[in-house]
Amino acid sequence: MKKTFLLSALCSLLCPWATNAHWPQFRGPDFNGTDNAGELPAQLSASGGIAWQTALPGRGLSSPIILKDRVYVTCSSGPKQQTLHVLCLSATDGHKIWERTFQATGRTMCHEKTSVAAPSPATDGERVFALFSSNDLVCLDLDGNLVWFRGLSVDYPNASNSLGMSSSLATADGALIAQVENDTESFTAGIDVATGANLWKLDRPRMANWCSPTVLSLPGGKHLAALQSGKGITAVDPRTGRTAWDYKDGASTTASSALSGSVIYAPSHGLTALDFSGDGEPKQLWRAAQLRPGTASPVIAGGRILLMADGGVLTCGELETGKRLWQLRTKGPFSGTPVAAGNRLLAVNEKGLAQLVDLSKPEGEVISELDLNHTVLSTPSLAKEGIYIRGESRLWKLRR
Amino acid sequence: MKPRTLLASLRPQAPLLMALATWLIALQMAGAQSSLTDALGAILKVGPKGEGHAEAQAGVKVLLAQDLNSLPQILQSMDRANPLAMNWLRSAVESIAQREQARNVALPIASLGAFLLDVSHSPQARAYVYQLLSKADPVGVPRLLPGMLNDPSMEIRNAAIRGALDQAAAELAAGRKGTATLLFQQALNNARDVDQIDLAVGKLKGLGVKTDLQKLFGWIQQWKVVGPFDNARREGYERVYPPETSVRLEAEYVTQGGKARWVDLVGADDYGKIDVNLPLGKLKDSIAYCYTEVQVEDAVNAEIRLGCKNAWKVWLNGRLLFGRDEYHRGAEIDQYRLPAALKKGRNTILVKLGQNEQKEDWTVEWEFQMRITDAQGSPIAPLRVGVPPPITASR
Repeated sequence: MKKTFLLSALCSLLCPWATNAHWPQFRGPDFNGTDNAGELPAQLSASGGIAWQTALPGRGLSSPIILKDRVYVTCSSGPKQQTLHVLCLSATDGHKIWERTFQATGRTMCHEKTSVAAPSPATDGERVFALFSSNDLVCLDLDGNLVWFRGLSVDYPNASNSLGMSSSLATADGALIAQVENDTESFTAGIDVATGANLWKLDRPRMANWCSPTVLSLPGGKHLAALQSGKGITAVDPRTGRTAWDYKDGASTTASSALSGSVIYAPSHGLTALDFSGDGEPKQLWRAAQLRPGTASPVIAGGRILLMADGGVLTCGELETGKRLWQLRTKGPFSGTPVAAGNRLLAVNEKGLAQLVDLSKPEGEVISELDLNHTVLSTPSLAKEGIYIRGESRLWKLRR
Repeated sequence: MKPRTLLASLRPQAPLLMALATWLIALQMAGAQSSLTDALGAILKVGPKGEGHAEAQAGVKVLLAQDLNSLPQILQSMDRANPLAMNWLRSAVESIAQREQARNVALPIASLGAFLLDVSHSPQARAYVYQLLSKADPVGVPRLLPGMLNDPSMEIRNAAIRGALDQAAAELAAGRKGTATLLFQQALNNARDVDQIDLAVGKLKGLGVKTDLQKLFGWIQQWKVVGPFDNARREGYERVYPPETSVRLEAEYVTQGGKARWVDLVGADDYGKIDVNLPLGKLKDSIAYCYTEVQVEDAVNAEIRLGCKNAWKVWLNGRLLFGRDEYHRGAEIDQYRLPAALKKGRNTILVKLGQNEQKEDWTVEWEFQMRITDAQGSPIAPLRVGVPPPITASR
């Protein structure tokens, strides 16, 4: 087990597909809600802790992504949320560098709690990709010039969910992975990042699915895209869509898997740790029924795995064994996934109350709070200099 | 050679040089024009599944080299654009506008304004131009809205109605009930979005004015219903039951519940709800069929607009328009807009409605709401709806 752990840590450090983006997609560079840029701040403060904040021209709950000194974020506006926005902001002061808008070509209906701008964008370091609940998929260069635009509901008219779609994007090996999974025309596509054409398209389980793909790094610089659904997790070659392995024991359709090196921590029967470093099917390391994700996805930090329940109970488990270490009641409810770094975790509840948890305490402890007084349903993003919290129609940068 | 001498030596040739230069410039402009036209043509050919992307990407590069003087031509090309090409074009317009505005070059307000006011242009393109102009002049441009209450663009109309409703509310707050009533009524007459209709209707009700919502929306209320047919394991959705091959209103079918005949169902709901639970009972694992006929005086390209949280299929004159095998994810008015070419005279509409196995409180509904409208959401008129006495109608 420890050998696996060391290999995991090494893989994380040498992750060859990582872009030069600090936070290239939903839940960060390693799909686990953390980064390697040091601790979160010891205290949250409205007076000195907020670097800047800015209003967004629409609604949304997608997470921002961070590439060098720029922040990219999406939102939607208009009577039926039919105007789709992609914004590029300065990470330094929040000023708008560019904004592009698009007209939704697919259905924009969704539950009032969510938004057409629910899926988080992604970058491969050269381009920015944005997906919306209407299944409109945009590729822009870093200066905001269009590379291509796809209307996946134009292509596949029955691919939609009347509650709203939310799977975020991921990239690997020149392929953009878009999970468009729903009750009817359910599929996942690997799309050529340069041309926007399908590299492959897989029929997927016909069931609503809101979780997001993860990219697994293998020795030799190879990768797999892990596609999670209610049926389990299917790992495919990002360039061909060919199945490498198929874990068929069911998984969550809301919380997404978290990665640490060569282990994927799947929301399945509580939480199930699967080592994918070998050939063939992944090896189950442990299964913990007591570690049960809610809407939020698992977060990994400092040898711990952390799960935020919708109501606000934070559960900490031992990453190596799945043993539950402690539980802490925070102030919920939560829709977004927390982020963590070092010994601290930041969780922002739906009312915009940011809570900082000291993970080094024996039972965990909320050590600081900051009320943003705004609906927050999204997952924060981290960069070396700051923490980005996206509210329904506002973006904050907190100093790190 | 002294400068004066040089000038003198050139002078006799100046007209020739001028002509040459003019010709070269004209040639260059013609080339640029041609390349812009070609670029727009390439973008307009963008199709589904990445079709035409390579050519369109080259076209975008040509567009990005343009200045603001090219905007009118690019915008006019939007009149011929499909929804995909429209987005390629508007993105290029935004790149150009942003770059030029960063150089302090002002948007060509006059030509953009002329485009906006010309309602023969694509509603989507005009809505985009309205957005563009509103960003450039957020105070002045909305002053155009009072004259746009009946705009073909739903976005522009929505903004205009919002302004009218605000004005009506201000009149009401000032105690001028008569003016407020007129303004709310004017807003209601033009509103097409449900939230605005609801607001106006509510205010008018408070002012003592009754509204006929059924007529306003144009719901199809008169139906014949038959069922239940088996939908266990949701398999009935794809199974072809007899009404799909021939609607025989006098027929009796053997179904999972025994024998079934077509029965009348006339909706009375303000929001057009046709509740199949009423004639058939609160069933699960079941399929029902609903049938009606509409008469129009002339052939018309319309939209059948449907709201439904159950699985459904819709046929017009025997042709399947669309279907959704989705249960209990939510419904709203005009959730689905199905292009529908109505022929002169009698048109038949058949709805297949699936109920699944779920037992939760929020899965009891087995219903839909339907109306026939133009592209702006105005009910098609004159439209006679109803089902004749039992007949054999071949679809």
